Amino acid sequence: MMESSAAYENDLNLKATELRLGLPGTTDDEEETAVSSVRTYKRPLQEDTDHEKCGGNGKSESQNETSPPSKAQIVGWPPVQSYRKNNSQSKKTESEPGIYVKVSMDGAPYLRKIDLRVYKGYPELLQALENMFRFTIGEYSEREGYKGSDYAPTYEDKDGDWMLVGDVPWQMFITSCKRLRIMKGSEARGLGCGV
Amino acid sequence: MSEDDDRQQSPPSDLEFVSNKARNCNATGSGSGNPEFQSAYPDQVLENVLHFLTSKRDRNAVSLVCKSWYRVEALTRSELFIGNCYAVSPARATARFARVRALHLKGKPRFADFNMMPSDWGAHFNPWALAMAKAYPWLEKVHLKRMSVTDDDLATLAELFLGFKELVLVCCDGFGTSGLAIFVNKCRQLKVLDLIESESSDDEADWISCFPEGESHLESLIFDCVECHINFEALERLVARSPSLKKLRLNRYVSIGQLYRLMVRAPQLTHLGTGSFSSSEIAGQGDQEPDYVNAFAACKTLVCLSGFREIILDYLPAIYPVCANLTSLNFSYANITAEQLKPIISKCHKLQVFWVLDSICDEGLQAVAATCKELRELRVFPVDAREDSDGPVSEVGLQAISEGCRKLQSILYFCQQMTNAAVITMSKNCPDLVVFRLCIMGRHRADHVTGEPMDDGFGAIVMNCKKLTRLAVSGLLTDKVFDYIGRHGKLVRTLSVAFAGDSDMGLKYVLEGCPQLQKFEIRDSPFGDAALRSGLHHYYNMRFLWMSSCRLTRRGCQEIARAMPRLVVEVIRSADEEEVDDAVEILYMYRSLEGPRTDAPKFVTIS
Repeated sequence: MMESSAAYENDLNLKATELRLGLPGTTDDEEETAVSSVRTYKRPLQEDTDHEKCGGNGKSESQNETSPPSKAQIVGWPPVQSYRKNNSQSKKTESEPGIYVKVSMDGAPYLRKIDLRVYKGYPELLQALENMFRFTIGEYSEREGYKGSDYAPTYEDKDGDWMLVGDVPWQMFITSCKRLRIMKGSEARGLGCGV
Repeated sequence: MSEDDDRQQSPPSDLEFVSNKARNCNATGSGSGNPEFQSAYPDQVLENVLHFLTSKRDRNAVSLVCKSWYRVEALTRSELFIGNCYAVSPARATARFARVRALHLKGKPRFADFNMMPSDWGAHFNPWALAMAKAYPWLEKVHLKRMSVTDDDLATLAELFLGFKELVLVCCDGFGTSGLAIFVNKCRQLKVLDLIESESSDDEADWISCFPEGESHLESLIFDCVECHINFEALERLVARSPSLKKLRLNRYVSIGQLYRLMVRAPQLTHLGTGSFSSSEIAGQGDQEPDYVNAFAACKTLVCLSGFREIILDYLPAIYPVCANLTSLNFSYANITAEQLKPIISKCHKLQVFWVLDSICDEGLQAVAATCKELRELRVFPVDAREDSDGPVSEVGLQAISEGCRKLQSILYFCQQMTNAAVITMSKNCPDLVVFRLCIMGRHRADHVTGEPMDDGFGAIVMNCKKLTRLAVSGLLTDKVFDYIGRHGKLVRTLSVAFAGDSDMGLKYVLEGCPQLQKFEIRDSPFGDAALRSGLHHYYNMRFLWMSSCRLTRRGCQEIARAMPRLVVEVIRSADEEEVDDAVEILYMYRSLEGPRTDAPKFVTIS
C-alpha cells in the first residue's frame, strides 16, 4: 500500500511544485532516489537470472541500488580497473549534460561561464561565485533577500523574468536558469523585497 | 596507452636457472673433457659483437652457450628486464650484470588491478632502488609496472643517479605529489616522465612548479592519471621552454581553454592527451572563444590522441584536422554515441589503435569497420561495468569489425551477449590475431541465440589464429574449451580464465597441452588439487600461476611446494580474515631463485 501511494506521488512530481518553508537547496533527494531504485526492480529474485539477462535492473538511476542475492556485485568482476569505473560514471549517474550559464557581475569587465550541475545546492553555488568574483554575498532570507552586502545574485529564468537566486527550490532553479547576474547597489535591494 | 600487453616483448626471460644450465653446457661443450674451454679469440672481440644484441631473448640464448659467453653477455647487457621482482633478488641481479643502464621491473600479478589482492602485498621498489644506487650510479632509465613506489624512492632516483633520464610508472602506487616534486626538481637531465594508470596521492604539492628553470630536455610528460589540480601557469612556462617535447598527456584538471594555450606553444607534439576537453568557466570578452580548430590544424605531426575526460561534445569537431593522420585514438573516457563518433571516425583512415566506450553501440563499431582498414588493436570498454547492465554492443559489432578490419591483431571486447557464430567468423576473418580477450560480463552466459556454451567460439580462435599468444575467455564454458586450448593453443603464453570449466580435466588439458604457457590467471573455476599436480612438469617454465576461489586446499598447495623447491607457493587470504580451514582463497605461485620472500605480510602464507 505504502509503495503504491509513493509511486503515485512520484509520478505527479509533487516535489517540484511544492511550497516549502525550508531554505533553498535543502531537499530530500537522497530519500527519493532510494525509493525509486527499489521500485524499478521488476523481477528481483528469479532462479534463472544466472543464465539470462535480467531486463528489469538496467534502468535504475541510483548507484547505490542493492542487487538480489544471485547478482551481488562480485569483487573484481567484470575486470575493469577502478579508475575507469570512476571516470566514466564520474559525479553524474547517467551522463547528464552540463547546464552552462553565463555569469556577469555589475562593474566587472568579464563574463564567466559555469556548469550548474557541478554544484549540489545554493550554498555551494554562492561560495563559488564569491570566489570567482572576489566579493561577499550577504545572508539570505526569504523575506528580505540578501542582507549585509551591496551585492545580490540574480538570474534570468525561462520566462525572461529576473529573480533572486534562492527563491525557488534548487532543482527548479537549475532547470529554469538561463543566466546569472550579480547585481550591485539599489537595483539589488529593489529585488530583495518580495518577488 | 598501455594495459598489460606483452606483444612487444620477447617471451619469458627472467633470470632463471642460468647458472645450472651454463655449467652443464660447458661440461658437454668441450670435446676433450677440459673443464675450461679455451676461446679462440679474446673476450674483447666477443664484447664488441655482443654489444649489438638488444633482444633479451637473444641475449638469454647467448648466455647459455658457454661460460665465457655468459660472462661477456653479462658485461654487455645494458637493459635489464625482470618479469617478476621476486624471481631474483637485487643482489643477485647486480652481481651478475655489471653495466646496466636501464631497468625494467614488474611486480604484482594483473588481478591486483581489480582489487583482488589485499593491499600491502608487496612488490616494493625500495630494495631495488637502494641496490641500483650502489651498483649502477650511472643508471638512466627505470620502467616499473605494478610496483609500490614511495616518495622516498622517487627522491632516491633523483638524488643518487646523476644522469637519470627516464622514469615510466605503469599501474604503480605508493607515491604522491610530494615525491613527484622532489623528483622533477632534482633530475636535471630528465627527458621522460610517464605516469600511466598509476595511483598517486594528492599531497597538494605544486610539483609542476618544481621543474628547474632554464631550457628543459623534456621529450615526454604524461600525467593523465594524476588526480590533482596543477599550477597551469607553471605548466605553460614549462612547455614553452621544452623544445624537444613530443608527448604531452594532461590530466582532467586541465580545461580546454588551457589546452589551447599549450597546443599553441607546442605544435610539434606527436602524442597529445587533451585533459578534460571541457570548461567549467570561460574567462574572456563576451563570447570570444579560442580557435580550437586552428590549434589542432597546426599540429602537423600529431599521430596519437587521447584524453577527453569530461568531454563537451560541442568542441569535438575541433579535432577534424588531425584525424587523417591519426594512428592511435583513445576515446575510452568519452561517453559518445554512434552519431557523434561517425564524423570523426570516417576521417581516420590510418587508424591502427582505437580504444572506445561501448556507448557507440554496434552501429558505431560498424562505422569503425567501414573506415579503419588498417586497424590493428581495438579495445571496447563498458560505460556501465556491472554484470546486469544493458549491453549496447554485441555479436553484431564484433562481426562487423571482423569483416572490416582484416588486419586486426589485438582485441579486448566487453559485452553482455555474444554468439559462437560471431567469434568463429572473427577467427576466420582475422588470422593475424595475437591477442583475443572477450569479456562477456554476465557470468556463465551462454550463446544467446543457440543457448550453447561458448566453447566452440573460443575453440575456433585457437584453431584458426595461428599466431595467438594471449587469450581471455568468458561466458558459459565447459571443459571442452580447455581441451581445444590444450590441443591448438600451442603458442599461448598468457591465459585468463574466469567462471569456467566443469572439472579438474579443464585445467589438466591446458597444463599438459600448452608448452609456451607463462602467465596463467584463473578465478572462480572448479579446479582442485589433482589438477594442480598435473602441471608439475611445467611450473618452472612459467612466470606465475594465479588461482582464486577455486577448489584448492592447503594440503594440495603444500604438496606442490614440497615437490618443487624453486617455486614460491603463496597462499593469500583477505587481510581481515583469520585462518579458518583448509580451503585456499588465493594461490599465487611463481618460480624464484631466492626462496620465500622476507617481506611477506601476515595474510600471506608461504608453503
